[in-house]
Amino acid sequence: MAATETFVGRSVLRKEDPELLTGRGRYTDDLSVPGMLWMAVVRSPFAHARIRGVDVTRALAVPGVVAAFAGSDFRWAGPLLMAWPVTEDLKNPPHYPLATDVARYQGDGVAVVVAESRGAAMDGAEAVQVDYDPLPAVTDVEAALAEGAPLVHEDLGTNESFTWSLTNGDVDAVFASAPIRIEERYRIQRQVPNAIEPRAILVEPNIATGQFTMWDSTQVPHVVRTAMALATGISESKLRIIAPRVGGGFGSKLQVYPEEALALELARRLGRPIKWTETRSENFLATHHGRDQVQRMELAADERGKIVGFRAHILANMGAYLRIISPGTPVLGAFLYCGAYTGEAYQVTLTGVFTNTTPVDAYRGAGRPEATNAIERAIDALARRVGKDPVEIRRINFMPPFTEATPSIGGLTIDSGDYHATLDKAIELFDLEQLRKEQRARRERGDVRQIGIGLSTYLENCGWGPSRVIGNVLRYAGGGWEAATVRCHPTGKVVLVVGTTPHGQGSETAYAQVVADELGIAVDDVDVLFGDTDVAPSGWDTYGSRGAAVGTPAVHRAARRVREKARAIAAHELEVAEDDLEWSDGAFRVRGAPDQARTIPQIAFSAWTGHNLPDGVEPGLEASSFFDPENLVFPYGAHICAVEVDTETGATRVLRYVAVDDVGTVINPMLVEGQVIGGVVQGIAEALYEEALYDESGNLVTSSMQAYGLPGPPEAPTIITGSHVTPSTTNELGIKGVGETGTIASPPAVLNAIVDALSPLGVTEIERPATPEKVWRAIQRAKGERA
Amino acid sequence: MTRISLTVNGQRREADVEPRTLLVYFLREHLGLTGTNVGCDTSTCGACTVHLDGESVKSCTLLAVQADGREVTTIEALARDGELHPLQEAFRRNHALQCGYCTPGMVMAAASLLRERPNPTEEEVREGLEGNLCRCTGYQNIVKAVLDAAASGARV
Repeated sequence: MAATETFVGRSVLRKEDPELLTGRGRYTDDLSVPGMLWMAVVRSPFAHARIRGVDVTRALAVPGVVAAFAGSDFRWAGPLLMAWPVTEDLKNPPHYPLATDVARYQGDGVAVVVAESRGAAMDGAEAVQVDYDPLPAVTDVEAALAEGAPLVHEDLGTNESFTWSLTNGDVDAVFASAPIRIEERYRIQRQVPNAIEPRAILVEPNIATGQFTMWDSTQVPHVVRTAMALATGISESKLRIIAPRVGGGFGSKLQVYPEEALALELARRLGRPIKWTETRSENFLATHHGRDQVQRMELAADERGKIVGFRAHILANMGAYLRIISPGTPVLGAFLYCGAYTGEAYQVTLTGVFTNTTPVDAYRGAGRPEATNAIERAIDALARRVGKDPVEIRRINFMPPFTEATPSIGGLTIDSGDYHATLDKAIELFDLEQLRKEQRARRERGDVRQIGIGLSTYLENCGWGPSRVIGNVLRYAGGGWEAATVRCHPTGKVVLVVGTTPHGQGSETAYAQVVADELGIAVDDVDVLFGDTDVAPSGWDTYGSRGAAVGTPAVHRAARRVREKARAIAAHELEVAEDDLEWSDGAFRVRGAPDQARTIPQIAFSAWTGHNLPDGVEPGLEASSFFDPENLVFPYGAHICAVEVDTETGATRVLRYVAVDDVGTVINPMLVEGQVIGGVVQGIAEALYEEALYDESGNLVTSSMQAYGLPGPPEAPTIITGSHVTPSTTNELGIKGVGETGTIASPPAVLNAIVDALSPLGVTEIERPATPEKVWRAIQRAKGERA
Repeated sequence: MTRISLTVNGQRREADVEPRTLLVYFLREHLGLTGTNVGCDTSTCGACTVHLDGESVKSCTLLAVQADGREVTTIEALARDGELHPLQEAFRRNHALQCGYCTPGMVMAAASLLRERPNPTEEEVREGLEGNLCRCTGYQNIVKAVLDAAASGARV
């Protein structure tokens, strides 16, 4: 008998691809419905201004304009959802879809226009007259906390939203007695996520039933459904949110946006479908930003460089309002300022600060790239201080290998890990000796183009997450479980319904691989449905590297339950006891008589007709699972980067990059590698090119893809990948997560490499992003200090 | 309104358009050819790349009236008789797409590149696709796919 083909662990080509390659994938902006109107939002050109008045008269005179409203024309049932009050005393001024009295960032919505066409809506928006009284603005966290700073929310009397802290051990005593102490300061520049698909919304009302269907370019239709009910007062049962194909998110579509509430409310008010598609210029202003921290990182160590204490003080820019998880974003990194290292004491203090800037929220990695930057840059500074090689200092500080959950000094219980193993493998793939030799040669001959080598041996926490922990310990308002239903059609074809909302990850393919193996069928016989709250009513969507780590166990359990029900029917049909059956080669077989067998498609038909079921067994063959993990998962790895820096121009290029990651059990190596490479390149761009830069008045200066520095094919280096597997102990499949490892690991590897290249010139620190100008200035500064 | 007449994916089309209508919106909203995407408003991202008289252009930088009398090919016409085009096959084989939003433009730009340069080097592929942005893949597998399609010798 031929062995049945199995799929898990293989690079199965994606189910998603044929429609996306041929232009048949349907994104929200591709959709239209009869009678549809277009919406345009009037946005504040000022970072901070009192709104004296909004006059829509001229807009209403524009041909095609149907209606126009100011912020004060709306009465909301509630503000836009903010789901993570990280401290009890956190200050969270309610955020409504349009500003009424004060605009608080450039791009803040102040009025809305609805018209018969896209062009008319835009013309109408331009015709709205807003009388602004500009106010002083503040964009920088330190300036915002200074005495006399302009207040973003005047009634709060402060720009500080919250201070959150975590202490493990006697930090003061450890620091006081340590012979070596270092203190580093880093600025994590602000990022614009830049999913290539701009946000888009289409709401269709049914005025007879009071039901609303919203197609939405979102990562989180389930969260949007609840949030829309809270903002508009429309019952969740009357709301159907559909995320069709979504063109990338990177956290920027893990949000509840003003435009979603506006489109829904206008559809209700006008009784007609409303469509809105963001322009890229709007995306720069009105889609949330990421990162933006000022960090003070301290390490205490002995003379050998063995770390005993970690202390981080972080100022996190929240922007003008707290959005869905703005305050929680730095908290996601708060346990990682020790990296993969041991110590005796640990303290992190995070302060969330309001500024007159676009709200800051999750961006690929969310809090963890920031923490990784701090520890991975600081450990290099420590290495320089004690005269150790960056590899050696990491080795003496790593947690030893472990296969059972183990506590870290940062307060986590880590699932499994072998930090030496990924570092060993990365060094081997990188050919470290050869590159060090080349580096020495260039140093000796004083080459204009110097080589530097940088490491980042990161550890992260993801797979959001255990509901009891995230709710009770971390004060997150949502849940972290995931849901799946496996349903067999009479012919044995299977529909899998999942509560995650993939948008490029390839989860459809990976989930189908798991179901196919569990049921002994082909990947092509599994169709995956998701992203529609009527079709997949339960789930917490896709973000935080949870699609594989939390979604897959739910899928696996649902499929296993289907198989267990099938076992009872198979035993009945084969007239043997259930124990006499074994599952092998994709079928239930009678022990000792493997030709007497039943496959899942055979059982599916029996279960469907119900002609001959055992007593007490219900017809039909489907099962669901709600999986709530007990813990997070903890991917880690070692990334090594070689850069070449032109010491005359400051131009930097990545010569070689090796990423070795442990993401636990791998369902599809091709998908994992794709996530790693894409994330690493995004992180390299963060280190070298990208920055959302405000001027002193709060104008976003880098407000186009070109000005912002989004990398194209020529800028992207080739990434060499490797893997090591220690199965996670958090779920029965051993899966960790992979969606964010690249952006978490790579920036410090690149920055450490630049500092290494320039260290003979006396450079010890480089600002992010390390543009040619910043590199050149760092070189000049070091020369000046030496002169 | 201005009357235009052009060939799109081999079919003769006539339409009255507002003079300010961009070619990409004409394709998407008048003809329902939504495979061509819009990713920016500065002609930076290349998601809207189509072929105009056989050469790749960003359809957001052209007015529909500028395509009058000319021949436009979009992603919808690349696969023939239910068979993926060799470049589409190579993209799939090499995992050169994730969210898929830049993909139609990327494939059209790559097709034009290979027509001009059937056996490009890696550097030539990277330079040739410099006007097309992807946020998911880091470009590595896109470059691989284009080189793979070239090496497969299939006519593009």
